[in-house]
Parts: sequence; C-alpha cells; structure tokens
Amino acid sequence: MSNSKSNFMTWLDHRLPVTNAYEKHMSKYYAPRNLNFWYVFGLLATLVFANQILTGIWLTMSYVPSADEAFRSVEYIMRDVEMGWLIRYMHSTGASAFFIVVYLHMFRGIMYGSYQKPRELIWLFGCLIYLVLMAEGFMGYVLPWGQMSYWGAQVIISLFGAIPVIGDGLAEWIRGDFLISTITLNRFFALHVIALPLVLALLIVLHILALHEVGSNNPDGVDIKKHMDEYGRPLDGIPFHPYYTLGKLPMIIIFLMVFSGVVFFFPEMDGKFLEYANFEPANALKTPENIHPVWYFGAYYAILRAIDFSILGIDAKLLGVCLMGAAIALLFILPWLDRSPVKSWRYKGMYSKVAIVVFAIAFMVLTWLGIQPATGLNNLLSKIFTLIYFAFFLLMPFYSKYEKTKPVPERVPEK
Amino acid sequence: MTQDGVNKGRRRFLYIATGAMGAVGAVGVATPFVRSWFPSEKAKAIGAPVTVDISRLEPGEMRITEWRGKPIFIVRRTEEAIANLSSEELIDNLADPQSEVVSQQPEYAQNTVRSRSEDLLVIEGVCTHLGCSPQFIPSVEPQSFDADWTGGFFCPCHGSRFDMAGRVYRGMPAPTNLVVPPHMIQGSMLTIGEDSA
Repeated sequence: MSNSKSNFMTWLDHRLPVTNAYEKHMSKYYAPRNLNFWYVFGLLATLVFANQILTGIWLTMSYVPSADEAFRSVEYIMRDVEMGWLIRYMHSTGASAFFIVVYLHMFRGIMYGSYQKPRELIWLFGCLIYLVLMAEGFMGYVLPWGQMSYWGAQVIISLFGAIPVIGDGLAEWIRGDFLISTITLNRFFALHVIALPLVLALLIVLHILALHEVGSNNPDGVDIKKHMDEYGRPLDGIPFHPYYTLGKLPMIIIFLMVFSGVVFFFPEMDGKFLEYANFEPANALKTPENIHPVWYFGAYYAILRAIDFSILGIDAKLLGVCLMGAAIALLFILPWLDRSPVKSWRYKGMYSKVAIVVFAIAFMVLTWLGIQPATGLNNLLSKIFTLIYFAFFLLMPFYSKYEKTKPVPERVPEK
Repeated sequence: MTQDGVNKGRRRFLYIATGAMGAVGAVGVATPFVRSWFPSEKAKAIGAPVTVDISRLEPGEMRITEWRGKPIFIVRRTEEAIANLSSEELIDNLADPQSEVVSQQPEYAQNTVRSRSEDLLVIEGVCTHLGCSPQFIPSVEPQSFDADWTGGFFCPCHGSRFDMAGRVYRGMPAPTNLVVPPHMIQGSMLTIGEDSA
C-alpha cells in the first residue's frame, strides 16, 4: 500500500478495516529477522488446509455417503470423473502432507520453546488444531468404505466402549446403530465435510491472532520487543511481508514440487498413504490380516497396543485407552512442564538437548511400530519407546529446572 | 450513563437468573441434537433375531451368520475338543475359565463349555479387545503364535487367543471371553437374539 491511497481504498477503509488488517498482519507485522527453515511449516500447513478444502468440496460433488454406494462412488471418481483421480490423490496425499508439516511445525515449537510464556495460548490452540485434525483424518479415512475404513472405525469406536459403565451405550450413540453402518458413515461424512472444517478454520484464526498479538518466537528465543527503534519497531524485526512471504517462496515451491511428485508418481506411498486393504469394499464379516490405522496415528496406536497387562484391577484395554489419552493430554500441558529459564534448546543444557532428540526418535519409532504387526519383539519395543515418550514429558520439570543453561543474548546474535 | 442509585444486588440476581434460564434453554435445544444420534427405529428393526438351520453342520465345522451386523460363529465341536475344554493344562492358561464375568454370556451358558448343548458353540466373532473378527483355527498343531495350540480362535489384530469355548487366554490384550449372544435351539433350528420362544 503506497501513501497516496486511491479514492476507492479510502472509501473502503472507512467501511472495513482492510488497510488496517493488512498492515497489522502483513506489512507491519514484525517477525524476528533470524527465522530459519523450520518456520516455513506453519505457512505450509495453511497451504495444505486450503488444498484440502478446495479438493474436498470437489470430491463431495461426486461422492455418495451410503454403505452401498460409497466404495463405488470413490471408484467412479477415480475412473470416470474427468480428472477425478487427480483431485482425489491431491486430497489423500494432502491428508498425509498435513500431518507431516504439522508434526514438523510442532517439533519446531519443542526445539525453540515456542510454547513458553507468553505463547501458551498459541500452543494450546495448536494442540486443539492437532486434536481436531486427528478426528478429521480418522473420519475422512472411513468415507471410502474399504476394508481398512471399516475395521479402523471399528477399532477406534470400540475405544469408547472401554470406558466403564457408559462405554457400550456411548459407542452405540456414536455409531447410531448396533454396528457400523450407513448411519455411521453418513454422520461421519457430515462431521468431516462441515462441522470439523469449520472448527479447524476457527481454531487456525485464533492460533494466528494469538501469535500476532505476542509476536513470533525465534531460534534464539530472544525477545525482540525489548529493543525498539524510535518508531516503535523492533530493531531485530523485519516485516512479514515482503521478507517472509517472498523469502519463503522457494521453500513453498520445493514443497509443491515434492507434493506433486507424490500425487503423480507415488499416491499410495507403498501402502502408507492409501492402504492396500482399502481397495477392497468393507466386509463386516472378515477382518483384514494386519489391521492398523494410517501412519499418522501410528505412535498413539503403538502406545495403545503396548499395554497388554492389567494394573490394580484396571484391565489392559481401559489402561491402554487411558494411556493413549494421556499421551495426547501431555502435549497440552507442555508449557507448564518446562521449567527452564530459557526458551530455545540452543541455550538449554545437555539434558534437554538429549531429551528432545531422544523424544523425536521415540516418536518416529512408535509411528513405525504402530503400523507393524504386533509380534513379540515389536511389543517389547513399543513398551520401551512408550516409556521414553512419557519420560520426556514427566521428567521435564526436573531436568529443565536443574540443568545448567547458557545466557541468552539481549539481541539476535550476528552470524 | 450514571451508576447512581443502581441496586447492585438486584442487578446481579437478574444476571444470574437470565443466565440460568439461558442455560436451561440451551440444554433443551441440545436435546434433539443429542437424541438424534441414538439408533433410529429402522436400525432397531434391523436388529431383530435371526434363525438358521444347523442340521447339516458337521463336527469340527464352523458356520458364520450375521446378527446385528456382527459375525456369529456357530461351531459344532468334536468330542476331543469338548474333552480338551476341561483339561487342567488349558484351564491354567485361561483368564476366566469359569465364565465368571456375567456380561459375557447368558446364565444358561455359564458353564465350562459355554453353551446350551455341549457340542454347539454359539459366540459373537468379535474380539473383546477392539472388535476385530478372530480367525477360527480348530486344528491341534503348533502355530506361529503358539507352539502348544490346542484349537480355538486367534485375533489377527493384536494377537489375542481364545479356546474352543471362546475363553480368553491369560495375558492377552482382550480383557474378557468372547460374548455368547442370547440364543435358543428348537430341533435343528437355532435362533440368535432370543433366549426363549
């Protein structure tokens, strides 16, 4: 926006704060000048969200949400609808891409302590986005009504059945039937295409508004608002637009190239993005050999499966469900578990650095274990890495408090 | 606007009263939305009992029928299989050999063979862990998952094992025995979903 505003913009600004919003969130939003590669994933997540909405709307134009028609209508999209295969692969690849960028985005937050004061709310909104995204991903996977859709839904819904007393009634209420049927499919469709996307969009807005209120963190965890110039601009800040919008453009292009590569050449990703069992229509009387959720739920599924023993009269099933819930709940309270005086791991002590690396490895191994058959060795590994997962969070108040940290510089250090 | 002469107590009372009425209204409005998620009349009608002819079911054979969308396993057990059900070696390995968890079977199936007539096993083919359908492996021979296998059911999802009466082995992910649905036998006709005519 130049200084000499056109008559039209003046007219508009008197009626809608367009210029105001543009300046607040784009041209006069000062982001630290040392944001690195890891800061692209929030932007990419927004991009993937847009892709999901757009392709999703197009898919609903040909998809039929009923047990008799769902599988056939997806095949119809794949074979008969003009470019239908491309739109569906963009959507299915988008789902996995969404989780990849969100996981990297979350890991960035953990590395640089982006959840610490005053950014707890941003982190909480982010965790809610992740939770809704999981529900969205799960329900979306049910829609093609293949074998994995059906049996995945069976397993996830019966998790609610593990809750004492109300469990069975609750599972029946969620299904709307005595079994997973058209009724269940229809309501999942409604939630997947209307309810949850609306909630997601709202949460994304809140996530960004909260971020722009307190400002972005950075790899050094330096508070750039401490040193302002005479116009009240942070000395270590640069406007988000054009520096980061254009600055991140190459990364966005690289991402789109990789994304297109997957869409065109490896849309099934060796049975990881689209599982082979899902190319068979749902059959309530036959369970597939190795039933497991899509890869992005792997870690939590591995934690669920790791519990095959009971403690204090609580049976293994309920215990597994509780532990899985706790694994997700711990993410929410992360800002209050970290007692370190510094944000970024660059200035934290050795314990935190090792813990973060070990945690990342444990999460990846659990994700892998979640989609492997539950054999003896895998069970043992699941138990070990589940323990590491929980140790990372539960020991954090101690190792983050008592380790020796390095002093954080006042200003963003020169390279 | 001046705040003089405002009766603060009355104002607070009105706030709370309005809020409470609003909350009652919200619960009222939520009711149809919550209730519409319960099984519809149509869904309940489809859940009616089913009857199958079992006269041609041979010993050692299993037939699968469907009731309320669940696979129902109907097995005619061999004499050896029935005898094995009370072997001490097997019973030692089971979590609930006497079927003491009452929710898992009707009263008339609360016995060692878990059935109305000794040879005929009627169970839901739904693993009590997370609802997968177990495989029927009646042969008494070493399996990849159990070297001392004496026949029964194996869940491919998380490896739970059950004997020829649907009783779960100790230390399995599945917490309880497989469910015996309400059923009755009239001659060669088996009805699932009803206890008595």
